[in-house]
Amino acid sequence: MVPANSGGKTMKDILQELEDRRAIARAGGGQRRVEAQHKRGKLTARERIDLLLDEGSFEEFDMFVRHRCTDFGMEDDRPAGDGVVTGWGTINGRMVYVFSQDFTVFGGSLSETHAQKICKIMDMAMQNGAPVIGLNDSGGARIQEGVASLAGYADVFQRNIMASGVIPQISVIMGPCAGGAVYSPAMTDFIFMVRDTSYMFVTGPDVVKTVTNEVVTAEELGGASTHTKKSSVADGAFENDVEALAEIRRLVDFLPLSNRTPAPVRPFFDDVARVEDSLDTLIPDNPNQPYDMKELILKIADEGDFYEIQKDYAANIITGFIRLEGQSVGVVANQPMVLAGCLDIDSSRKAARFVRFCDAFNIPILTLVDVPGFLPGTGQEYGGVIKHGAKLLFAYGEATVPKVTVITRKAYGGAYDVMSSKHLRGDFNYAWPTAEIAVMGAKGATEILYRAELADKEKIAARTKEYEDRFANPFVAAERGFIDEVIMPHSTRRRVSRAFASLRNKKLSNPWKKHDNIPL
Amino acid sequence: MFKKILIANRGEIACRVIKTARKMGIKTVAVYSDADRNALHVSMADEAIHIGPPPANQSYIVIDKIMEAIKQSGAEAVHPGYGFLSERMDFAAALEAAGVVFIGPPSPAIEAMGDKITSKKLAQEAGVSTVPGYMGLIADADEAVKISDQIGYPVMIKASAGGGGKGMRIAWNAEEAREGFQSSKNEAANSFGDDRIFIEKFVTQPRHIEIQVLADKHGNCVYLHERECSIQRRNQKVIEEAPSPFLDEATRKAMGEQACALAKAVGYASAGTVEFIVDGQKNFYFLEMNTRLQVEHPVTELITGIDLVEQMIRVAAGEKLPFQQSDLKINGWAMESRLYAEDPYRNFLPSIGRLTRYRPPVEAVTPTSVVRNDTGVFEGGEISMYYDPMIAKLCTWAPTREAAIEEMRIALDTFEVEGIGHNLPFVGAVMDHPRFVSGDITTAFIAEEYPDGFQGATLDEPTLRRVAAAAAAMNRVAEIRRARISGTMDNHERKVGDDWVVSLQGEDFHVGIAADREGSTVTFCDGSSLRCTSDWTPGQPLARVMVDGKPLVMKVGKIPMGFRVRLRGADLKVHVRTPRQAELAVLMPEKLPPDTSRFLLCPMPGLVVKINVEEGDEVQEGQALATVEAMKMENILRAERKGVVKRIAAAAGSSLRVDDIIMEFE
Repeated sequence: MVPANSGGKTMKDILQELEDRRAIARAGGGQRRVEAQHKRGKLTARERIDLLLDEGSFEEFDMFVRHRCTDFGMEDDRPAGDGVVTGWGTINGRMVYVFSQDFTVFGGSLSETHAQKICKIMDMAMQNGAPVIGLNDSGGARIQEGVASLAGYADVFQRNIMASGVIPQISVIMGPCAGGAVYSPAMTDFIFMVRDTSYMFVTGPDVVKTVTNEVVTAEELGGASTHTKKSSVADGAFENDVEALAEIRRLVDFLPLSNRTPAPVRPFFDDVARVEDSLDTLIPDNPNQPYDMKELILKIADEGDFYEIQKDYAANIITGFIRLEGQSVGVVANQPMVLAGCLDIDSSRKAARFVRFCDAFNIPILTLVDVPGFLPGTGQEYGGVIKHGAKLLFAYGEATVPKVTVITRKAYGGAYDVMSSKHLRGDFNYAWPTAEIAVMGAKGATEILYRAELADKEKIAARTKEYEDRFANPFVAAERGFIDEVIMPHSTRRRVSRAFASLRNKKLSNPWKKHDNIPL
Repeated sequence: MFKKILIANRGEIACRVIKTARKMGIKTVAVYSDADRNALHVSMADEAIHIGPPPANQSYIVIDKIMEAIKQSGAEAVHPGYGFLSERMDFAAALEAAGVVFIGPPSPAIEAMGDKITSKKLAQEAGVSTVPGYMGLIADADEAVKISDQIGYPVMIKASAGGGGKGMRIAWNAEEAREGFQSSKNEAANSFGDDRIFIEKFVTQPRHIEIQVLADKHGNCVYLHERECSIQRRNQKVIEEAPSPFLDEATRKAMGEQACALAKAVGYASAGTVEFIVDGQKNFYFLEMNTRLQVEHPVTELITGIDLVEQMIRVAAGEKLPFQQSDLKINGWAMESRLYAEDPYRNFLPSIGRLTRYRPPVEAVTPTSVVRNDTGVFEGGEISMYYDPMIAKLCTWAPTREAAIEEMRIALDTFEVEGIGHNLPFVGAVMDHPRFVSGDITTAFIAEEYPDGFQGATLDEPTLRRVAAAAAAMNRVAEIRRARISGTMDNHERKVGDDWVVSLQGEDFHVGIAADREGSTVTFCDGSSLRCTSDWTPGQPLARVMVDGKPLVMKVGKIPMGFRVRLRGADLKVHVRTPRQAELAVLMPEKLPPDTSRFLLCPMPGLVVKINVEEGDEVQEGQALATVEAMKMENILRAERKGVVKRIAAAAGSSLRVDDIIMEFE
C-alpha cells in the first residue's frame, strides 16, 4: 500500500532516505579528506566525539544545516552539517554539550550557519546548565562569506562571555586555530592543545614575516609547547587526540555542570584518616633547601589523584584539582623547588585565574603555603607585579567558597597575606610546627633592624638567632588567632578533610555590585 | 654477658645488630653523623651519640670519636658491623687498650688477613688451596713462558701496579704468554711507570663462593657452609644465595675444612668469611679472608638457623660455641637481593634523594617460606651521597632453590620504593633469567647477559596474558566507579561495557569480561579464559590479583586509558580501551622520542652553579660546560663531542629536574 501523500514512496523508502541523508552527512568531506586527516595524525570530528562522550550517548543537532552562501561558486557545494558537528551527550553519565569542527569540510572554516549551530548548543547549555566542550579544528573564517562569517564569530564570542562563570567552558585545540577564531577559546575556562598537530595565533608566520621580517614556524609561534610554557594561553597539552579526549573526560569529572550545582562527588577508596608519617620529614633541616610540594598534594589527595592545570607555566606555583572524600577541591600551592616558591607576575596571574574559576563554580580551595615573598627586581616592577600580585590577593579575598590553608614552612611578608590568609576570610588556617610566619626571614630582618651592628658578625648572628627564636615558628601568629591550629604534618589529610567537611553548608556572599573591578 | 654495647656503624647493619642485642636483653648505643640525625638506627637504639659531620672520614671512621662515644655511654663492647672500622687493626687495638671488648676477631688475626700477600702465604701454610702463580720478579719473556708452563694454561699476566684491566693479558698458550708478557710490560711502564709483572693461573668460568666460619676463644671452629655470590656487577655483589647450586658434598666439606684450618692457624675467634674462587671443574682457590660479619650473612642464618650476630656477641663475651660441626646442617635454600639506590636505566648511576614511598614486603615466617628484609631506611627518609648506596637486603627462604626464587619474585614485586632510582627492576629481571634459574652462573653473568646495560625486562606470553587479564578486570572496577559520580542523568547513566582491548608490550588482546560478586572471568579471542580475583581498588599503588589461582603482584599507576604496570623487572604501559577507542588509537602517529644528542640535559635534579660557556662558543670534547650541584656535591658536565653552543637554556642559580635542557648545540 502506498500512502497518499508520499509521492509514490513507500514508508520503507522514506526511512531509507533519512538513513541515506544521514550517511552523507556523516561522511563529512569524503573518504579522501578523511584519510588526509588521519595521515596528519588527527581524528575526524565525529571520531573525536565518539571518544569524548560515553559510548552511544551522542545526540546530534543540525545535521542537515547547510550554508547559504552564493558567492565564488559556493552555491554548488553545500555539504550537510557545514563543517561542524554539534549536540549533547554524557561523560560518565553527566550531560555536556559539544561542538566539533570538521576539518574535512571546507577546512572546518566558520560560516554564518556553522556559527549558528555552535550558538544553538551554547544557548541550550546555558539554559539547561551543562558544560560546553569545543573541539577546535578550523582554518578560520569562511572567506567566501566575508562579514557574515565575522558576525558569526562575534555571536559565539558574546555567548562565551555570557556563559563565563555560568557553565564550565572547555576548549580543545586539535588543529589550526588562527586569527579571530582564537578569541573564542581565549574566553573559555580551559584550553588544551594536542602536541604537534595544533597551533593557535592571532597572526600566522606569513604575516609575521611580512610585517616584522621575523622568520618563525607555526609550531614555534603557536604550538602546544609555546602556549603551555611561554604564553600560558593553554592550560595543558596532550600527546595525541585519543589521549587528549580521555584526559578531558577526566577533567570533567572534577567540575560541576554549572554554577547552579555543587561540585561532583564520587565514591572514593581511601582512608579519610590516612596517616602519612613521611610528611613529618618533608621539611628539610636546612630552611633554604627545597622540597617537592607535589608530594604533599599527592599524599593529601584521595588515591593520590591530582589533575594539574598549567603544569609547565610558572612552576613556582602549583594549581590543579584533587578530591577529598570524593569531593572536588582546587589546590593552590607554592612550589619551593622553583624560584624558592616565591610569588611573581606569572605565578600570581596563574593562581588568580584558577582561584576565580573555583570560586565561580563552587569548588572549595585548599592552599598550601611555603612562600618567601615576592620576587624582587626591575623585571618584576616594570612588568607591573604590583597589579598582577593584587590579582591573586583580590581573587582570594572575594572568594566565598570554603577556604582551607596550611602553612608548611615560610609565610613571609605581603605574600603571607595574599596566600589565603585568615585576614582574607580564610575558614581554616592551619600551620605545621615548622611554619615561620614573619615579615621576612630572620637574616634579612636582622640586617634592617640592626644595621649599625652589621660589621660585627658575632653580634649579628646573635641577633639573627634572637629573631628566629621569636618569629621562626607558628605560635606568634597562633597567639593572635591568625592560625587556628598548629597541626601535625602526618595528620594533614585528616585535618584538612574534616575542615572541608565542616564547611559543606558554608554560606557567605559579597555585597551586591554590578561586578567588581579586579586589577586586570 | 654485656649490659650495653655500642654499634660503630650505621644503616641496615646497625639496625640488624641492634635487633639481636635487644633480643638478648643488651642495651644498645648508636652513633650518628649530621646526615644521620633522623636515621633509623638512631631511633632504634636505646641511646644515640652524635659523632660529627656527614663524611665518614670525619665521623664513623674516626677512632677517637668512637672511643669518646664509648666512654660517654659506658658501653662494654663494640660491634663494628662491616666496612668502616670493622677490619681496622688499630681500632681493635685501641679498644683493647681501653679495656673494651671488640665484637670481632683478635687484632693479630685482622692484621694477618688484612694483607693480600701475607694472607695468601698463611693460607698456603695452613694447607689452603691458593691460585697457582709466581709472585717474584720475572726477568724476561722466556722466564714468563717457563713459569706459565709450570702453572698451566690459561694464565693471567698482570702488572703489579695494575688496575682497571690495564696491563693485563690472558694467555692460553706459550706463544700468547710470550707476547702478553711483552705488551703487559710496555703498557705497565707507560701507564704506571712500574713495569713489574706477575703471572698467575687464570680461572675459567669463575664463581665466587665463600665459607662462613665461626670460632670461639676456646679453640673451637666450625663452618656454616657456603654462600654463592657470583652475581656481581663490577665486583659489587648483587644477589647471593646459600647453599651454592654448584657445590657437591665433597667440595663443600673440603672448602669448609680448609677454611677452618686457616681460621685456626691465625687464632681466629668470631664470625669470619673465607672467600674462594671456584672454576668450572670445581677447583677452588683461596682469595681472601674477611675478618668481620659479611653483608650477605642472612642467607647463612636462614639455612642454618643460627643468629651470627648473637654468636659473635657470645664469643666476644667468652662463651663457648654451643654446637659442633656435626650439628650444622643445610636446611632449604635462601636468596638475598641487595637493594641499591642506583638507577639501572642510567647505567646504575647512584641515585640520591627522598624516599617518598618505601614499603618493603611484610616479613613473615611460615613452615615453607621466610621473607626477611634487613633495612636501614624508612619512608620519608633521605638517601644521601655520603654512604654506601645499599639501602636494604631482601632475603627469602624456601625448601628448594626454585621455591626460594619464586618467593623472591613475589617479594620483589611487592617491594615499593619511589623517589629515587633503584635496582629492584634489575634484580626482578635476573630472578626470571633462565640462566640464573638454571644455576649456571659465573661472576661474569651480568657482564655477559646484560652487555649493553639494562633496559627493562620483556615479559613472556603467559605472563603478558595474566597481566592483560588483571588489568582488564581492574580497569572495569575503575570505570564502574567513574560512572557512579554524582549529577548523572537519571535513567541515562553510563553503562560500562564488557568488551575491551588490552594493549601492552606491542600486543593487543581483545577480551570479554564476565564479572560476578567474587571476581571476573576474562576471556580471550582464542576462547581461553583467566579467572581474576582481587581486593584492589582504584588508587592503590600495589595490586595483588589472583589469576587462575596464582598470585600476580604489580605496581600500578594511572595513565590515560590504562595503567603503568611494573613487575618482574618490566615497566609497561598497559592500555585498556573499548573496541572503538582501540580502533581509533591505532590511527595515532607513533612519536619518536626527541633526539637529545644535540642537548646537554641535566643528569640529576640539582642546582646550576655555573655555566662555563656562552652561546656561540665552540666547545671541544671533554670541555666543561656547566656545573650542577646535587646534594652539596658539584658535578661537572662535559661536552660529549665537539660542537657549537646554539642556545643556553639554564642560568646559574636555576634549579633543574632530571632531563631538563641546560643547553642546545648546533
